[in-house]
Amino acid sequence: MFCNTPKEISGMGHGMKRKEDARFIQGKGHYVDDIKLPGMLYMDIVRSPYAYAKIKKIDASRALAIPGVLAVITGRDLEKYNLHWMPTLMSDTQMVLPTDTVMYYSQEVCAIIATERYIAADGVAAVEVEYEPMKPIVDPHKSMDPNAPILRPDKGKTDNHIWHWEVGDRNATDRVMANADIVVKEQIYIPRIHVASIETCGCVASFDPVEGKLTMYMTTQAPHAIRTVVALVAGHVGLSEEKIRVVSPDIGGGFGGKVPVYPGYVIAIAASVLIGKPVKWIEDRMENLQADSFARDYHMSCELAANKDGRIQALRIKTLADHGYTDAAANPSKFPAGMFSIVTGSYDYNTAFTEMDAVYTNKAPGGVAYRCSFRVTEAVHAIERMVDVLAMKVGKDPAQLRMENFIKKDQFPYKSALGWEYDSGDYHAALKKAMDIIGYDALRREQAEKRQRGELMGIGISSFTEIVGAGPSRHFDILGIKMFDSCEIRVHPTGKAIARLGTKSQGQGHETTYAQIIAQELGIPAEHIQIEEGDTDTAPYGLGTYASRSTPTAGAAAAIAARKLRDKARKIAAYLLEVSEEDLEWDVNKFFVKGAPEKAKTIQEIVFASYTNHPLGMEAGFEATHYYDPPNLTFPFGSYICVVDIDKETGEIKIRRFVAVDDCGNIINPMIVEGQIHGGLTQGLAPAMFEELIYDEDGNMLNGSLMDYLVPTAVESPKWETDKTITPCPHHPIGAKGVGESPTVGAPPAIANAIVDALSHLGVTHIDIPITPQKVWNILREKGMVETV
Amino acid sequence: MSTKKITVTINGETRSAEVEPRLLLVHFIRENLSLTGTHIGCDTSNCGACTVLLDGRSVKSCTVLAVQADGKNIVTIEGMAQGAQLHPLQEGFKEEHGLQCGFCTPGMIMRAADLLAHNPNPTEEEIRWGISGNLCRCTGYNNIVKAIQYAAEKIRDTGRESIPFTTHHPTETTA
Repeated sequence: MFCNTPKEISGMGHGMKRKEDARFIQGKGHYVDDIKLPGMLYMDIVRSPYAYAKIKKIDASRALAIPGVLAVITGRDLEKYNLHWMPTLMSDTQMVLPTDTVMYYSQEVCAIIATERYIAADGVAAVEVEYEPMKPIVDPHKSMDPNAPILRPDKGKTDNHIWHWEVGDRNATDRVMANADIVVKEQIYIPRIHVASIETCGCVASFDPVEGKLTMYMTTQAPHAIRTVVALVAGHVGLSEEKIRVVSPDIGGGFGGKVPVYPGYVIAIAASVLIGKPVKWIEDRMENLQADSFARDYHMSCELAANKDGRIQALRIKTLADHGYTDAAANPSKFPAGMFSIVTGSYDYNTAFTEMDAVYTNKAPGGVAYRCSFRVTEAVHAIERMVDVLAMKVGKDPAQLRMENFIKKDQFPYKSALGWEYDSGDYHAALKKAMDIIGYDALRREQAEKRQRGELMGIGISSFTEIVGAGPSRHFDILGIKMFDSCEIRVHPTGKAIARLGTKSQGQGHETTYAQIIAQELGIPAEHIQIEEGDTDTAPYGLGTYASRSTPTAGAAAAIAARKLRDKARKIAAYLLEVSEEDLEWDVNKFFVKGAPEKAKTIQEIVFASYTNHPLGMEAGFEATHYYDPPNLTFPFGSYICVVDIDKETGEIKIRRFVAVDDCGNIINPMIVEGQIHGGLTQGLAPAMFEELIYDEDGNMLNGSLMDYLVPTAVESPKWETDKTITPCPHHPIGAKGVGESPTVGAPPAIANAIVDALSHLGVTHIDIPITPQKVWNILREKGMVETV
Repeated sequence: MSTKKITVTINGETRSAEVEPRLLLVHFIRENLSLTGTHIGCDTSNCGACTVLLDGRSVKSCTVLAVQADGKNIVTIEGMAQGAQLHPLQEGFKEEHGLQCGFCTPGMIMRAADLLAHNPNPTEEEIRWGISGNLCRCTGYNNIVKAIQYAAEKIRDTGRESIPFTTHHPTETTA
């Protein structure tokens, strides 16, 4: 692993303990609900008990009679200021508050502003709303029925179709499919799930009527983008962008759920502007699960063609995407289905076609990423499941079939059938390593013996390719803003530094890793480099943290800003040592004269000179800024192997072992990388075996609390085993790729493949996730494996 | 709404307040006493982010009324370090990278303090079951288990109490 600085400096490759931990372990983190401003009011929200209903009447008189309830804000109130609608990040539109119709269960109906949190809740209970319920569309397959109600007449729609998206060569794919020896097919559903970060969403909107300035403390992964969105939405009521400050304090987990703008934020802003006092809104867990952006919800018809030896020839996927009442995804503008076209996977074939139709239903809007780079999880699940289905069909071991189809190391950079340029990879090495660690061949022998005895054991592989780090400005923007990211470094006269970046950590450890990148480049100890993010008044503009983009974009900006400073340092060192710049060489933290290493100036001496003795004609001080526009995305990859044992009487699934071999390129902090992989694996386990947001036919969410929505605990989560290969990213300044989402993407198919593998001798080829004991038990019963009473 | 006067000892300090009978202990701690290290992550007592110690046992403070804590001894995350000296659990979470976003961390530490007070040498499985009332969305739990093992060893080696302020009791003084 790359590591060439001493521990005192802790550049790249050191498992430095996290700088941010001191406050978190002592209860001194600073999360949004910890903010208390003088005169602050509290907001709470009345939500719809119906999935689709006309609002006949809102009677707030009883609420307004409660001492301490100051205002009840309805859609009609916001309409006066044209604030009752807002754009989504996908250029769709969404109600802030309804004027006449509610479109999904738990939608915001009106808001109570009160002097205290409990009084606001009393106000919610006292509002009487008269509804006229209508029959909702819950099943997206019925959304396009000719007699289905039109859900978005406000957009001039005559049906419930949102968009069609396709990529690849339809005709060539049809031809290959028609002529192939083998075509395997499966219907794969990736259910609706929720990120359920342990901290819910919330804000304190604080409008200063004297200065005309809005300060918005909020749980956002993308503070600058929010500032611009607020300026666009509320510009007409006088909130211009220089008068808006968004502050993202410590965030208790994001995972994509804290990228969108939710109605509650906008109502809180409106309330603060109207009343002239700070307004706090913190949603509760049920609101969070029921109304905030969901993830996934893709219905995929998948076909994979191969020759009789199992050599893959073509892939065709048709997807129905359920977006709920509005497309409130958080994808780059030109990518309505995100990076789904990574779906050709880690395999070498040149024919593929994928198309997708998105529809409206009466469900909460979305969908965000759930710790993945824009729909990559759906894509990886599809291809990794289909490869296993193919292996079963041709009677080959799934590891062997993968090895025979992988893109080879010498084929990189590799142009995929759907147009991506994979920058680097060594897929054979990663799978081989995972197989060696887990003892693959012995496990297959054990499985064969167990089958003889009637016991159920399965081994599942997932060899995924991720696509992260959005992204190059020629293709990637959000609401027109290009997806660069930024870093500004200031080094103080005594050689200590502060760096500010356009991203925002939600647990990723940026205060440590960015410091290590700069330490690597400048030789200033990471301990003495303070990192700041999340305050739009001070940080340079950036698009925020999601889609594993922080290291690929802002991390690169940090390295290049530091290199600009090193160029300046060289000039100053040459001046101080009275030699030419060409005579100098850099070593960890100093420039020395070639052939005379005793003649040297440390970075601290150089920085001090930049303030006290800088060369004539040179700008004083030691600061640099860089806005980094990546030339390509990055393509982390890995191979995971899962072993499960299934109790054939109960269907209970036990993960015996799970080995994850990841390749995220050069590693900044191995401790943090391993920690992110552990966490991502548990968030991959979650949808594979436990999590799904379930609606009844009336559009009520049946499991909208943590009592029923099963987030894995330490008991369900196995002891993860991790290892790595390192294939540096060729186009990133420090060769890194991003890692936080790889495990969430890679784990579900490994687990699903293991469970299906345990049942494959019974003719089972696919089970939709989450694969629960009940689903397995039902299959065993159908197959006559369980005696029923 | 009528109020009731309660007196608690929290992190060794006696505090009194007039509270509504319906006030949750977690809100009393966070809002009335301004100790914001105790967090709120759900409404159904599932996540454990609000875990504190009440008379030496871990409780989810969103499921206890403030009036039920009257006359009792509370320890929160803010009471775990002794001056500049971190509690072995705090040290363990940092050393073993047992946290990422930090939101579940105080609750995890308070729950683990109770666990170690009653089982100084837990197996890995006992630790996993012991913290199964506390959810973490970032770490995948591997390193939380290691952090608690680290603390268990340190507490056994040093003889330090797993739970501080266990001998303090409320007095009649008003905060």
